[in-house]
Amino acid sequence: MHAIDIKLLRDFKRLWVQAIAIALVLACGVAVLLTSVGMYTALSETRTAYYERNRFADVFAQAIRAPTSLLGEIAQIDGVLGVEARIVGDTLLDIPGRDETAVGRVLSYPDTGRPLLNVPLLLEGRFPAPDHPDEVVVNEPFARANGFHPADSFSANLRGQKHALTIVGTALSPEFVYTIGPGALMPDNESFGIIWMSDRAAAAAFDMTGAFNTVSLSLAARVSPDPVIDQLNDLLEPYGGLGAYDRSTHTSDAFLDAEITQLRGMATVLPPIFFAISGFLVSMVMSRIVALERSEIGLLKAIGYSNTEVCLHYLMLAGLIAIVGVVIGWLAGAVLARSLALQYAEFFNFPFVIFQVSYRVYAAAGLAGVVTTSLGAASAALKAARLAPAIAMQPPAPPRFKRSIADRAMSAMHLSQPTIMILRSLLRWPLRSLLTSLGIALAVASVVSSFFINDALDEIVDLAFYQTNRQDAILLFAQDVPEIAVESARNLPGVLQAESQQFQAVILHSGHLTKRVAIEARRPGTDLSRVLDVDGVALSAPPGGIMLSIRLARQLNVQIGDTVQAEFLSGRRETYDLVVTNLVEQHFGLGAYMDLAYLNALIRQSPHLSTINITRDDRYSDDLHAAIKRLPRVTGIVEMNENRRAFEDTIKQNVVVLNTIYIVIAVLITVGVTYNAARIQLSERARELASLRILGFNRGEVSYILVGEMMLIAIIAQPIGWFIGAWIAAAMTNSFSSDLYSIPLVLKPATFATSSLVVLISAFGSVMVVRHRLDRLDLISVMKTRE
Amino acid sequence: MQLCQDQEPRVSDAIFRTKGITKVYKTGDVAVYALDGVDLDLYEGELTVLLGPSGSGKSTLLNILGGLDHATTGQVWFADTELTLMSDRELTKYRRDHVGFVFQFYNLVPSLTALENVQLVTDVSPNPMPAADALELVGLGKRMDHFPSEMSGGEQQRVAIARAIAKQPEILLCDEPTGALDSTTGVQVLEVLRDINERFGTTTVVITHNAEIQRMAHRVIFFQDGKISETRINETRLAPSEIVW
Repeated sequence: MHAIDIKLLRDFKRLWVQAIAIALVLACGVAVLLTSVGMYTALSETRTAYYERNRFADVFAQAIRAPTSLLGEIAQIDGVLGVEARIVGDTLLDIPGRDETAVGRVLSYPDTGRPLLNVPLLLEGRFPAPDHPDEVVVNEPFARANGFHPADSFSANLRGQKHALTIVGTALSPEFVYTIGPGALMPDNESFGIIWMSDRAAAAAFDMTGAFNTVSLSLAARVSPDPVIDQLNDLLEPYGGLGAYDRSTHTSDAFLDAEITQLRGMATVLPPIFFAISGFLVSMVMSRIVALERSEIGLLKAIGYSNTEVCLHYLMLAGLIAIVGVVIGWLAGAVLARSLALQYAEFFNFPFVIFQVSYRVYAAAGLAGVVTTSLGAASAALKAARLAPAIAMQPPAPPRFKRSIADRAMSAMHLSQPTIMILRSLLRWPLRSLLTSLGIALAVASVVSSFFINDALDEIVDLAFYQTNRQDAILLFAQDVPEIAVESARNLPGVLQAESQQFQAVILHSGHLTKRVAIEARRPGTDLSRVLDVDGVALSAPPGGIMLSIRLARQLNVQIGDTVQAEFLSGRRETYDLVVTNLVEQHFGLGAYMDLAYLNALIRQSPHLSTINITRDDRYSDDLHAAIKRLPRVTGIVEMNENRRAFEDTIKQNVVVLNTIYIVIAVLITVGVTYNAARIQLSERARELASLRILGFNRGEVSYILVGEMMLIAIIAQPIGWFIGAWIAAAMTNSFSSDLYSIPLVLKPATFATSSLVVLISAFGSVMVVRHRLDRLDLISVMKTRE
Repeated sequence: MQLCQDQEPRVSDAIFRTKGITKVYKTGDVAVYALDGVDLDLYEGELTVLLGPSGSGKSTLLNILGGLDHATTGQVWFADTELTLMSDRELTKYRRDHVGFVFQFYNLVPSLTALENVQLVTDVSPNPMPAADALELVGLGKRMDHFPSEMSGGEQQRVAIARAIAKQPEILLCDEPTGALDSTTGVQVLEVLRDINERFGTTTVVITHNAEIQRMAHRVIFFQDGKISETRINETRLAPSEIVW
């Protein structure tokens, strides 16, 4: 090995703590890149493969009751490859050992045993036999959550009669990758299950012999779904068609898609931040090394090393840091990506995971790491290359200090000399001080941008469960029922209040913009399910008007006073002009609200309802559930407390993991920046500080200069970090916003305080490690060192 | 080029010639003449001492002769080659192939052992002697694996000399080689320099402001205010051990 390479390795060994501090920040970038790209590709490839293998349909439609003879016509639509009709219905379940009711979505399974589309994947047991109407297959998460195994049984409320059903198998389906029950905000596998039952049994249960109420289509490659959807709507219209839609509107796929989009966002936003910080740290450290090794650079040139060789020597030092960072990042990224991908698979009910991070991703992450550190080192390495040998052999000129307004201010304030030294040093290298501050600020921002989610979730929960949806439970019906049913509900045991609500599927049009949504209609002044404006004031839609959630209004590009066309997808399928009367604050879904009486009049139907919101006396909860189980038309009950618990459990658990990761990241960045900056300070000022010790300053007084300057920089970084954090948080709320949900930007003082606390403690800890070196400074040898 | 091992220095043609060289440093509007028209001949195989007070231009001249710096005006020849016409790249090659440097503060790389410090040069020179031989020549055969921090100042300077001669240079340029050493150690270093000069005939230029050292030189050049004030040839030279300061 060449002597210059030995020097390189020894320099690296000497700088290992600083090098590791930088390498870890770089490793974060590489790991986050690998993890997010790994998870993103794992999710999207698994989705593609799962959909393909199990023939997930391209177009879906529901109707009230369509004859099976219609299927031939549907199959004739241009571009349609396959058609499958099914009977789908929700039903109340009575699970042994569980007081609360659960909801089951019954799906018919073809008697042929060969489904064409949305093929369920059997995990255990077998599919139901056509001549055994009591046999069912349930989705595996539901079985697991309720401790079911094949041969176990439960009962379902089918056509007003309690039927005992026996589980003969468990399965997963591409339709239910994200399994969310009616009215629920989060998957709750305990209270919502998918039930496959033989075609014959389902037809009998839902009175659908010779008919279907759900149809799925697969399309030929490169066929646009829009014309197919139009023709399908026309065919289903006479049979109560509810409007066909493609995969992008399919609930399960939409949630999955939102997650994949978020991961892609994470892969593009976060890694560059880490790469930039490590580039900055390398630049800071390399500049100092080149300054310290000035005479060695002169010597190398004097004995015949070329400028290129000197430049490469320093670039290779940065390269070594990059290699360590990249390797740590690769390892951490590989482990994290795999375990998180498996967790995702669990969350999303995939039967398998295709996890394969391409070598190209590793190579790209590695290359990005090496390139950014090299760019960081480039300026210092070029300086070393440009340094004329004769000048390099001489000690550098002392830094120039000039009297400025700041000095006059400092004199006027009668600051101590050490404090003046601190301030003057900051002002002497303003760019370096600013960049160091910026590095620390990014650590603050990282905590702010993850901790704000806690407050945002609190607000979401408050708005969704305490301000707007104040009911204890929602009763669901298979079809709309006369509004008089609300009176029956009031008579159920323990029910204190009951209010009706009706849903109508519509397509809203505004110019060329359209959106398929469900209009919610309620009586004026309802108390249990309210809509609020941005100021929290309860609103009621006036007759003739429609209230839209802010995100929906934005998507349709309408404001208060504008008119939208509502194309109703059921009944007479008429289109009406409605004036937007108010905008509603809402974080889940794209809500549209109307007055119930006006809606009934508009579509010329007697007063009907789709759901009933109730509050109850909890002492009678069991009696209530028992009574509901006996009601023929009730297909489900949504327990709002369970809904909230499921939401909080799922989300908050993820948020805790997220917060922890970001705190670790913030600590790594802070340590990386502060430790390196303090070491540089120490090496630049060793003589100066040693001189002060010789002059009689004690260790505390001398370390005040070092610690004081670093902590002052850290304090300056705080407001910058808050600002950047708030900005990132705002960008995140924008990027996370989808049709399904949005995250409000809630920034509370506690978030800023926590961020600052984490960062300031880490900064102080790092500086104190360097202070320890200062304490051990050999005064004599420092004074002898030639500068 | 092979070094010859004559016992007597082979005094022949000028190996360095300078003509009217100046070196001007500009600070704002003020021009400082570090060298102010120096005409000089240095001869092959000679040991020349450049003597003068601090700031008289000795080091600047040495840097220009060694290809570390450019003259502002004037010409410098090394044998038949004009250094003042060379590019940075050519100067690097010139230093790599022909010049050995010894500095006042040794300038050893602290992270390399004595042997590795010498190898730093032998790795890039076209015709080096083994690094270990160079250390043997300066009497450090048994200290090869020591780091600079484990050596005395005299030993460090001898490593620096070993490093300078390992490439078997035609010229050895020494800037205050004893400046940081006590007299006993300084004498040991001078012994090594004279030994190299006599055994290999390496043209040696030693800068010093210690007037006593001139007595071991073939030729002594006095500097004052960027100019040569006097050139003297010693008829009789003293051995370093006879020099007292």
